[in-house]
Amino acid sequence: MQIYLPIAEVSVNAFLLLGLGGLVGVLSGMFGVGGGFLMTPLLFFIGIPPAVAVATEANQIVASSFSGVLAHFKRRTVDLRMGTVLLIGGLIGAALGVMVFNYLKAQGQVDLLVKLCYVVFLGVIGGLMFFESLKAIRNTKRGKPPARKKHNWIHGLPFKMRFRVSGLYISVIPPVVVGIAVGILAAIMGVGGGFIMVPAMIYLLGMPTKVVVGTSLFQIIFVTAFTTMLHATTNYTVDIVLAVLLLVGGVIGAQIGTRIGVKMKAEQLRILLALMVLAVCGKLALDLLLQPSEVFSLGAAGGH
Amino acid sequence: MRALLPLLLAALLLALPARANEEIVLGLSQAEVSITTNFNGSEILVYGAVKRDQPIPDGPELQVVMTVSGPSEPVIVRRKEKRFGIWVNTEAVEVDRAPSYYAVVTSAPMADVLKRTEDLRHKVSIPRAIRSVGAPMEIADAASFTQALIRIRKAAEQYQVIEGGVTVDEQTLFRAAVRLPAALTEGAYDTRIFLTRSGNVVAQYETIIDVRKVGLERWLFTLSRENAFLYGLMSLAIAIAAGWGASAIFSVFRR
Repeated sequence: MQIYLPIAEVSVNAFLLLGLGGLVGVLSGMFGVGGGFLMTPLLFFIGIPPAVAVATEANQIVASSFSGVLAHFKRRTVDLRMGTVLLIGGLIGAALGVMVFNYLKAQGQVDLLVKLCYVVFLGVIGGLMFFESLKAIRNTKRGKPPARKKHNWIHGLPFKMRFRVSGLYISVIPPVVVGIAVGILAAIMGVGGGFIMVPAMIYLLGMPTKVVVGTSLFQIIFVTAFTTMLHATTNYTVDIVLAVLLLVGGVIGAQIGTRIGVKMKAEQLRILLALMVLAVCGKLALDLLLQPSEVFSLGAAGGH
Repeated sequence: MRALLPLLLAALLLALPARANEEIVLGLSQAEVSITTNFNGSEILVYGAVKRDQPIPDGPELQVVMTVSGPSEPVIVRRKEKRFGIWVNTEAVEVDRAPSYYAVVTSAPMADVLKRTEDLRHKVSIPRAIRSVGAPMEIADAASFTQALIRIRKAAEQYQVIEGGVTVDEQTLFRAAVRLPAALTEGAYDTRIFLTRSGNVVAQYETIIDVRKVGLERWLFTLSRENAFLYGLMSLAIAIAAGWGASAIFSVFRR
């Protein structure tokens, strides 16, 4: 069934959009990532104009994250305190990120920078997670106890705070810094930032994987809601019909994903996320390295 | 001066039928295209007749050329080049005006129905319909950018050339069908019909097909432009409600 999108001004298959939404929703619920880094390229591929795809995707992530976070609230796997601290950092970072983005836009080549950002971050994060999870799985097979959390320099910082749900007693400085860094990157790359946030929480802050997903979803809701409003009021690029189709699939997918995620072991969950991140990274790297079939591309004039 | 004007008009009216002794009478299957939610492209049937007060002239047969053109807008064409091992956008050319949709339908091969000079005058063929004033000095092959624009839009069926798409009967009746794609921009679609003999335009007719969004599509589009803040809030409210709804439904299933 074809449906005409009023803002994107293209006609697409409604079931295709429902399916895409559902697929990304499952991943979102499983891993606590918004799924923007997967969905945005997919939308480009089916012919949605990039500006509309990025803006509408933000709106859809609000829905699937909200659906996912409710499921996590029921299991008490959301660290509200940590989420709020990260969110404060995230909003500061997002504001900084928008400034960096506009500066780079004035210099030209912002598209290239965004792509390089994707390749580098997805590659590094995916690679690190993959090898770490592989090691963890091997250790459990050999019957070795999992490595305990080490006390490092992070635990020596001031302004300590107790995060009961995460079982942590650490300074608020690292979470705020992580929030800012993720906020900057999220604004430049046009995504919620879950795929950076999740590994940062596990490896930098030492939070338990089970809590990480819910907490990440919690803060993604606010960051993407903020982005949606920004796009809707300045660029008029949020397509509500497209968003509804994606989010109907997305919210259902997120519920299913959350249930799958709970049943799986933390190491397995991480290795799957790592593989997915690496796959997207590989695809983007190939686009940059191989000669495209059409070296010309069209763009709307005016945005110099 | 004031007395001269009616005289001039009268002279003009007298002169007109003498110059164009073949006139076009045209009908459209629909003068308006409404974009609804389930809009999936539209086919417009154009039919017409040639009205003349003299017998059909001898010599070359009458040919018909029709163009349908969507609203024009500037477009930036970018070219990728390999730099430091990766493909990046390097040069860009701004095409000043390019129609979002353009179809040329003719009754015979383009070369037989229209002379180059007539094409230039009436801007009929696709390259003529695009206006590119000038590329930056450092770009040597600016033409390849315009060609790329045409190639990409042709692949997306936004630009079409249908030679032999007009059927002409007895040099008097003609009909043609134009297919408008599903991805359609709103606006006035300028439709022109040319009658030609041995490549020269002998008569011309212009009309407009109005393409507009209706119903829900129109309402959402207007709201997003005029009440952007409200529209944004509505989008978020729908997102939150959908997220909550799915969660509630699933918890019912689990019990």
